[in-house]
Amino acid sequence: MDIIAQLFAGLSLGSVLLLAALGLSLTFGQMGVINMAHGEFMMAGAYTAFVVQGVVGDAGVSLLLALPLGFVVGGLLGLLLEATLIHRMYRRPLDTLLVTWGVALVLQQVARDVFGAPNVDVRAPAWLSGAVQIGGLALPRTRLFILTLAIVCVVALALALRATPLGRRIRAVVQNRDLAEASGISSRATDRVTFFIGSGLAGVAGVALTLLGSIGPTLGTNYIVDAFLVVVAGGIGQIKGTVIAATALGLMQSFFEYSTTASVAKVLVFVTIVAFLQLRPQGLVSVRTRSLA
Amino acid sequence: MNVFTALLRPGRARTLAAFGLAAAVLLLAPMVLSPFRLDLLAKFLCLAMVAVGIGLAWGRGGLLTLGQGVYFGLGAYLMAMHLKLADAGPGGVPDFMLLYGTGQVPGWWEPLRSPVSAIVLILLVPAGLAALLGWAVFTRRVRGAYFAILSQALAAAFAILLIGQQQTTGGTNGLNGFRAFFGYDLADPLNKQMLYLIAAGALLVMVAVVRQLSVSRFGELLVAVRDQEDRVRFLGYDPAAVKVVAYAVAAVMAAVGGALFVPIAGIVSPADVGVVPSIGFLIGVAIGGRATLLGPVLGSIAVSWAQTSISEQFPSGWIYFQGALFILVIAFLPGGLASFAGKLRRRRAAAAPGDAGASGDAARDHELVPERSPA
Repeated sequence: MDIIAQLFAGLSLGSVLLLAALGLSLTFGQMGVINMAHGEFMMAGAYTAFVVQGVVGDAGVSLLLALPLGFVVGGLLGLLLEATLIHRMYRRPLDTLLVTWGVALVLQQVARDVFGAPNVDVRAPAWLSGAVQIGGLALPRTRLFILTLAIVCVVALALALRATPLGRRIRAVVQNRDLAEASGISSRATDRVTFFIGSGLAGVAGVALTLLGSIGPTLGTNYIVDAFLVVVAGGIGQIKGTVIAATALGLMQSFFEYSTTASVAKVLVFVTIVAFLQLRPQGLVSVRTRSLA
Repeated sequence: MNVFTALLRPGRARTLAAFGLAAAVLLLAPMVLSPFRLDLLAKFLCLAMVAVGIGLAWGRGGLLTLGQGVYFGLGAYLMAMHLKLADAGPGGVPDFMLLYGTGQVPGWWEPLRSPVSAIVLILLVPAGLAALLGWAVFTRRVRGAYFAILSQALAAAFAILLIGQQQTTGGTNGLNGFRAFFGYDLADPLNKQMLYLIAAGALLVMVAVVRQLSVSRFGELLVAVRDQEDRVRFLGYDPAAVKVVAYAVAAVMAAVGGALFVPIAGIVSPADVGVVPSIGFLIGVAIGGRATLLGPVLGSIAVSWAQTSISEQFPSGWIYFQGALFILVIAFLPGGLASFAGKLRRRRAAAAPGDAGASGDAARDHELVPERSPA
């Protein structure tokens, strides 16, 4: 029974990581832009949920309202960032990392000045309180909700990329920017939409995180490192790798934690990823190219 | 020729002059500064040592390392552990262990009792870890952003590990309350001055080392690897070996900075080594000019100074300022102030036709900021 409990804890952590990493896999994996402010977009989503609850009052309605609103808030922040800074820097990916780190610092401080440094709480709706009993195992409803939300987001993103004209444009630009432009696709517009969606997913992740505990200005920094590790281990260019890597990382963390301590588990996960990159330097799923890398 | 340009541009006579000037300024500082200010400057010099290493690894080698706090922290913690054991006397137990721990000194602390082995470990452990990680990562051609992310994850894991092991590392409080440094009383102002001079000397040595490395074949290879790694490989060199050396040298410099930081600051805690301080080291390097010799040092000292004076007056102002620096410098002045000086010179050269210096400067400006086409 212990093993099943650990399994669920791992899957639950994995689903949180997946929500955090999904947007990253789109912006980093597909566009090559390393957005360190991604975590702060999550934080913005979380505070959106806080504000919405302050306005609406009812916890259930506010959660359902906050999810789309968080997507829009995160997305707009991302759009603003892309339009002002990132679009100048597509040729300098490493420098983008540092610039967006500066943006992250500023956003954190803004949150601290607006909402105060202490953490705030967002009430979970009544229909998410308590746990579902399955075979003597108590599975918290909030965790199940996040698991479901992660699955919905993955499916929605996969469908959007595969089946919509917009998704086709995004994939075309990712695969061959010049050829896509020659076929009449505006790569500028596509970049912006991609960034909007990726950052919006961070906002959704932030809303989901309010169900797990109180939120503060540094909410994003707690997840961003792990989310990047997920993308690195998962490989770039495909959602499949991100899903597998997030699940694997969550399970590893949970099982290492069970047999050692939380802090040692972090180190073990890191060592495992470096070792894994020895076998597959390109990550789990990689698009075969003829490039030298 | 203006003084600022002379300080930042490579070139034998000018470098020597700039180096001499820097040495003179550093040696004269104890005479003009109050003990409090001198202590502050000594701290800044320790942080500048990390910057010198980053200048080598990132500026010249293109290795964006977001985890130098790990090596700084290793040096600092090893030194702090030795000082704690020395304070406790032969066979004694450090005070915090009696408070939180079992009252027993753990076995892995024991090698740090002897001053000699402590110094050796301060140099070897960071070098070993950097070489191991670098070797594992670079030989598999994991590079660019992937390396940056891994180095950052290392910093996160290291800080979390330190916090988690309160009984043996002091946890969030870190290690503090040192009484003596290799037998010299730390409360004595004269010994504080000696520490400052040691830090200044170490920094100057490091700058000299980086200068020698960068004019050597190794330095040429390092820049070549940064700009065209594949071509270097086709020419028969091993880019991974070059990168590992640069990364390990940078790690040792950070560790020495950390080791000297401990007796000067009197404390080291996980807050000095985690993700945020590790990236914080980079901004000084970027402002000064990442690929220049003295740029990282001057930039790092300037940023430390700005941090102290701004946070004294506006506690939240510093974060905004640091964020703005990252955005403005990296996005709009990627070569740092050094390239700004170059730009001014070029503008003047363009205004006065017939000056041959202009084209050379353009080439150098490119050298400062490598650009890569998207993968």
